[in-house]
Amino acid sequence: MATFERLETRQAPANTKGPIHWAKENLFSSVLSSILTLFSLYLMYITLPPLLDWMIFDATWSGTKEEIVNEGARWIFIAEKFNLFVYGFYPEELYWRPNLALVIFVVYVIGFRRIDNTKVRAFIILSFPVITYLLVAGGFGLEHVPTDKWGGLLLTIIVASVGIIASFPIGIIFALGRQSHMPIIRTISVIYIEFIRGVPLITLLFMSSVILPLFFPEGMEFDKLLRALIGITLFQAAYIAEVVRGGLQAIPTGQYEAADSLGLTYWKKMGLVILPQALKISIPNIVGSFISLFKDTTLILIIGLFDILAMVTLTNSDTSWLGFETEGYVFVTMIYWVICFSMSKYAKAIATKYNTER
Amino acid sequence: MKKQNKSSAPSVAFYNNPENRAIIYQILALVTIGLFTYFILDNMFDNIEKRGITTGFGFLSSEAGFGILQSLIDYDESDTHGKVFIVGLLNTILVSVIGIVMASIIGLLVGIGRLSSNWMVSKLCMVYVETFRNIPILLQILFWYNVVLASLPSPKQSISFFDSVFFNNRGLIIPKPLLESGFIGVIIAFILAIVAVIYLSNWAKKRHDETGEEFPLFWVSIGVLVGSPLIIFFLSGMPATLEIAALKGFNFKGGLTIIPELLALAFALSIYTATYIAEAVRAGIEAVPKGQKEAAFALGLKESIVLKKVVLPQALRVIIPPVINQYLNLAKNSSLATAIGYPELVTIFSGTSLNQVGQAIEIILMTMAVYLTMSITISMLMNYINARMQIKGR
Amino acid sequence: MSEQEYMIQMKDVNKWYGDFHVLKDINLNVKKGERIVICGPSGSGKSTTIRCMNRLEAFQEGNITIGKLELTEDVKRIQEVRRHVGMVFQHFNLFPHLSILENLILSPTWVRGTPRKEAIKTAMHFLDRVKIADQADKYPNQLSGGQQQRVAIARCLCMNPEIMLFDEPTSALDPEMIGEVLDVMSELADDGITMVCVTHEMGFAKKVADRVIFMDAGQIVEENTPHEFFDNPQSDRLKMFLEQILDH
Repeated sequence: MATFERLETRQAPANTKGPIHWAKENLFSSVLSSILTLFSLYLMYITLPPLLDWMIFDATWSGTKEEIVNEGARWIFIAEKFNLFVYGFYPEELYWRPNLALVIFVVYVIGFRRIDNTKVRAFIILSFPVITYLLVAGGFGLEHVPTDKWGGLLLTIIVASVGIIASFPIGIIFALGRQSHMPIIRTISVIYIEFIRGVPLITLLFMSSVILPLFFPEGMEFDKLLRALIGITLFQAAYIAEVVRGGLQAIPTGQYEAADSLGLTYWKKMGLVILPQALKISIPNIVGSFISLFKDTTLILIIGLFDILAMVTLTNSDTSWLGFETEGYVFVTMIYWVICFSMSKYAKAIATKYNTER
Repeated sequence: MKKQNKSSAPSVAFYNNPENRAIIYQILALVTIGLFTYFILDNMFDNIEKRGITTGFGFLSSEAGFGILQSLIDYDESDTHGKVFIVGLLNTILVSVIGIVMASIIGLLVGIGRLSSNWMVSKLCMVYVETFRNIPILLQILFWYNVVLASLPSPKQSISFFDSVFFNNRGLIIPKPLLESGFIGVIIAFILAIVAVIYLSNWAKKRHDETGEEFPLFWVSIGVLVGSPLIIFFLSGMPATLEIAALKGFNFKGGLTIIPELLALAFALSIYTATYIAEAVRAGIEAVPKGQKEAAFALGLKESIVLKKVVLPQALRVIIPPVINQYLNLAKNSSLATAIGYPELVTIFSGTSLNQVGQAIEIILMTMAVYLTMSITISMLMNYINARMQIKGR
Repeated sequence: MSEQEYMIQMKDVNKWYGDFHVLKDINLNVKKGERIVICGPSGSGKSTTIRCMNRLEAFQEGNITIGKLELTEDVKRIQEVRRHVGMVFQHFNLFPHLSILENLILSPTWVRGTPRKEAIKTAMHFLDRVKIADQADKYPNQLSGGQQQRVAIARCLCMNPEIMLFDEPTSALDPEMIGEVLDVMSELADDGITMVCVTHEMGFAKKVADRVIFMDAGQIVEENTPHEFFDNPQSDRLKMFLEQILDH
């Protein structure tokens, strides 16, 4: 039989904490570990300083082409060709229009998150494509800018956005179709989804580029961009369908049963009860799918559209600026990396948020 | 269930009966698709006629008339488009296999590295994944081809290793193995070695069951697989020589040239796909609950056995499906070779042949059929593997 | 009392998680054949204490001796100690990809090098003891929680440990299955095995334990015979704790 007095808490002994202890545990805990640490440091030593030198310290940030003395990246090339990279062949005096569309986008996003009213939100979602189209393409008194003038980052963003927005409802339809009890609807959905997912995107783009015009009466002009958009949308819809299907399968059957027993029709059940939950669960995967789509937009350069990646080759065909391909590729790489990385961090943040909410 | 009295069952309108509705909807769907298809096909045949494009697969036996940069089988310009298809298909398989092997190795190492207790290794692996996953694959391919490989020196100033391997802007030139007739003995020895290893592993397992003694199966197997072909090789008088390339004029003659298109494609595909494989490996290992390792260690089992018998079997069940999916993605992504001109299926068949012949529909459908076959085969394989690997539950 | 008679000796053991002082000056000696129950509020360090005994948790100060073996950082020593100590976990931790029988023979065949046939015989003997021999070819996920925990106990016994540690063995079980597991544990106790058990099951403690230990905030606050412990708590903290659990 024994009782004890309450003891004071003490600090951990000095040799079990602090940076030296941390280094011992995490960097040098064994012979192998120490070797790996040293090797990693060596790797970083031979890659980082030369890279930083090239990109920043030895780079040429201003001045004319003739004045270049440094060995590093010549960013003046990017400055010179900046408009091509960002706007493509869009008329310079009309830059205010896509710029305005971007501003409206930012305003809409802020407004969407602040305002909870469903009607306002629906208005935002529905009016945005219309306004953007009018601004960029023209009409309603604004000068018409044909799609072959669209290029660079502007084109990339447009293709990605249209792909995302248009594929979403189509994907949901096919996801529902795949879950349907009606065998013909289900078969059609399965065939569509498995066909699209089984072939590379480039073959679909070839198909929509070359074969699609054959399906319509002669003389019907098919805008080159439109063909690419159709290909990309149909492609993405199949992937969205699978993501949403995953969400639908995660809903407990009890939800379906409860909705049925409340007398809801199929579409009301799906629209009010099932889909909202399924979509919420699937959000991280949907965002992941969109990130993939954003990366996939680069493929349109193969069918002759001039997205930002195509601009690298294009800007290097200027005879007065030859041999700047490296700077071009690095620039485009950084843009893509920043955008994709931000989106993936956003997806992770949403995923954590929804996990804690449950 | 009692059958309802006919008199008390309420009568339902024909179109309100859900079963009838289902039938009506499906008929409507079929009719719509049918009409749409008719519309499309009608126009299609019209347009084809107007443009003077022939239909049918006759073009497969007509002469192609163009050269191909690299082919695994004999090919020259007088060969048919049908042969172009085969050459392209073989090249797709070639680059896919190379990519899959390289991506698996890199992905496995990076995935395990992510879980390392060494902070530096773990963070560097994370940097690798985050960097290469967020750059489009096409951009990576173009970067390798146009920036890295293009900046290599000309053949006269090649980077050389041991005077037999040369790296320049025309590609990677390695010695070409010339196999003599005696080499068949080495191949037979290798096959026999594989059989021997299978018997050996069965024997080792039986021995362990009976006596509890362990056998260094891994090292012995490696020894047998590498050793016996080697021994036969030397005993039969080294029936193979290496043809080393030599610089003649502006270029190398002899040896085996691996063209930069293949190098760029293989590197880019491997590095990119490895990021996904690494994440799958990491997720699989992390999916095994911590308690499994604790229970295994608490039983006194040593680290290697815990990994082999407890952790890996459970981890592999989670790792294998997404990794096989990534292999398929790699094969599909190989079609991006079009952008740099590597002569795989899409580039030469859906590219050059299509331009020559003009029969886009047949050609693109044939190409798609190849990839679809790949996908469906892999799908069925996956289902089979998944069913076999199922952890039995209630 | 000569030190040879102690199966477990913990002397001045202190543990920190970073700066958080988790175990404070733990001194605990367990004689051969003794049955100890440790209880206390969650976060008191009771699980951490027994997990130190088979080195699933490391500690920064003090030392632990199991039998004649001192627990050091040496991997071989740790493996040796673990051969003599069996642990039953709250969440069973059976290997789901192996059958019940394979779960049991894994360690004997790979640690002690026991031939398979012999290992199977031993396994069936212990499965019989925990009254679950008919499930030998099933897989863990096909069994109920209570059955799985009994299998887990049998899995430990196949290694013939001198000490059995139980980390809240019934806390994850549905109420109607707690009894079958506690019965098995009581029978084990009757067989004379040294047992240290972390549990909230006070009925079990009263029936089986030689000593009950109360831990709170990382230290041992009170230890006593079950009778004295429950009917005559000395410290205020134990009084408060008993009030809380007996309120159910």
